[in-house]
Amino acid sequence: MDAKDILGIPKTQLPTTQEKKSRPQKEPQRKPDGISREVYALTGGLAPLMPSIDVSQLKKRPPSDEKITWQWLPFTNSARKDNLQLYHWVRVVNGVPPTGDYSFAKYNKSVDVVKYTDEEYEKYLTDPMWTKEETDQLFELCERFDLRFIVIADRFPSSRTVEELKDRYYGVSRAILIARAPSPTDVSGHPLVKDPYNVSQEVERKRALSMVLSQTKHQERKDAEVLAEAKRITDSRMASRAAEEPEMPVASHVGSESADRAVVLGDTVSPSSNIQLPSATVVPSTSIIADSASTLASLRMLRVYLRTYALEQMVQAASSSAGLRTIKRVEQALQELGVNLKPKVPTKAVCAEHLELRKEILTLLNLQKQ
Amino acid sequence: MEGEIEPVDCASASKPPRLEIPKVPDDSEKPIAIKRLKDVEICVPIVYGTMAFHLGRKASESQSHRWTVYVRGATNEDIGVVIKRVVFQLHPSFNNPTRVVESPPFELQECGWGEFEIAISLFFHSDVCDKPLDLYHHLKLYPEAESGPKSTKKPVVMESYNEIVFPEPAEGFFARVLNHPAVVVPRLPAGFVLPTPVPIDSVHGKGRGDTKNHPLSHWFMNFSEADELLKIASARQQVQAHIIKLRRELNMMNGLPPPPNPASGHDYA
Repeated sequence: MDAKDILGIPKTQLPTTQEKKSRPQKEPQRKPDGISREVYALTGGLAPLMPSIDVSQLKKRPPSDEKITWQWLPFTNSARKDNLQLYHWVRVVNGVPPTGDYSFAKYNKSVDVVKYTDEEYEKYLTDPMWTKEETDQLFELCERFDLRFIVIADRFPSSRTVEELKDRYYGVSRAILIARAPSPTDVSGHPLVKDPYNVSQEVERKRALSMVLSQTKHQERKDAEVLAEAKRITDSRMASRAAEEPEMPVASHVGSESADRAVVLGDTVSPSSNIQLPSATVVPSTSIIADSASTLASLRMLRVYLRTYALEQMVQAASSSAGLRTIKRVEQALQELGVNLKPKVPTKAVCAEHLELRKEILTLLNLQKQ
Repeated sequence: MEGEIEPVDCASASKPPRLEIPKVPDDSEKPIAIKRLKDVEICVPIVYGTMAFHLGRKASESQSHRWTVYVRGATNEDIGVVIKRVVFQLHPSFNNPTRVVESPPFELQECGWGEFEIAISLFFHSDVCDKPLDLYHHLKLYPEAESGPKSTKKPVVMESYNEIVFPEPAEGFFARVLNHPAVVVPRLPAGFVLPTPVPIDSVHGKGRGDTKNHPLSHWFMNFSEADELLKIASARQQVQAHIIKLRRELNMMNGLPPPPNPASGHDYA
């Protein structure tokens, strides 16, 4: 309010008029009551969000009836086998030290590794690939290292793969389990019996996993492209199929037309991506057309929409195969050409031209990459 | 603008627009199925926005501006033929922030001091569309440039152009608005029979719904697609020229045997 007054009435020669003129216009013009102008300028007129805490409330502690002292006392840990006695501070209440085991002893857990006798070995567990010594060594290591097979494989005297060790361990455990069970049905629910360890499957799985993890960026992108393409085609097929259902057979022509177009394009994509085409523009443009077809179909589903919304959807569909950086470059190119990123007058013609321009810029960028 | 030929998406102009007859709804109130025109688009160009006048000497702390928010036809024709009512959702600090305007011109005047986002919901006549369409507009009170003493005569105007598109209009709606200047309707092939239009009951018997002689009409912004089209067309030409040049260069480079592609051994699929 003061600012306006001062500006409206010229020549009230206070030096402050100069600053007030350059203050940004966006400040609401409420005159602050109750707080000084400086505070108002700092806080912007908003009250602090946190309720202020009464400091006198902070340091109060409930008066305690018990007498508490802290003493330096010895303790033993039941998890240890050597009866080592250490010392630590203990909170003593009314002269009574706390009872119970050392609080961290409960974390000393270990795995129950099967123990077989020699007879059991002779009867059930012999294996052409494994000697008894090796098996014994394996089991000893398993117990020592809590079934951490990577470590066990490392420590194992003869070189065996992790999968072989696992196979032997689980095979022996399973056989013992079955042998010791009173009847086969008792243990049939046990996970070891139900799903035995499958070496070849594991080996294959790990190989595939390492392959996926060691893919180069280039291959990753290609795979993503192909998968996205396949998804788009199935989506557009489903969209047009869903559109077909409530319509009469006459009308279904239109739906299947766009689906056919998408299918035809989809079929051309897979063979073309295997053949290394010199112009990479073929792949993106066919995927763009498939996308646009599904976007058009979904727009037609709406009963009403704004032209700008339709343009946004089509632009998104056209740049779906492009990364964020590419999209930024397209926008940069548009700005350099003096074209508005969002048309100021979005008529049907303007939007169509704008979309084509964006697609052409994408094509140009793709070409420039080569 | 009337009778503009609609470039139909996938069919040539000689194919008549097909009729879509949906399943009869279970609701017994509406036993008549709605016939819709496929591949036909009805378009209503609109302009919506705000105009704010500073109150000058009459301004107080809580009311420094008088502003109007409105939705009008882009050519100032009466959009009441399509839009039944408009709901403006104002800032909660206003009394009754939900303001309903039942007849054109769809506008609302208020006084205030702050800028905020106004939500505008367009509700259409029953034969047009039963779902509303939402628009959003930021109320601008202060001009970009510091212009010194604020003028009470010149308002701060912020308008946006947009087009409402009805992708598969009902036959009745089409017939009703066929020749109305506010609506862009494609020409149907000769011989296409439309039902006789049923006029909708409109609230505004008297008073005009168009904004051609609106008191503020001389402040309305002009939206010409010609400028934008020209700009985009010239941009496209530039880009196309670049593409041709690059393609030529690439072809020359590819005249040599193509370099061994390291990724070609990958066949995962």
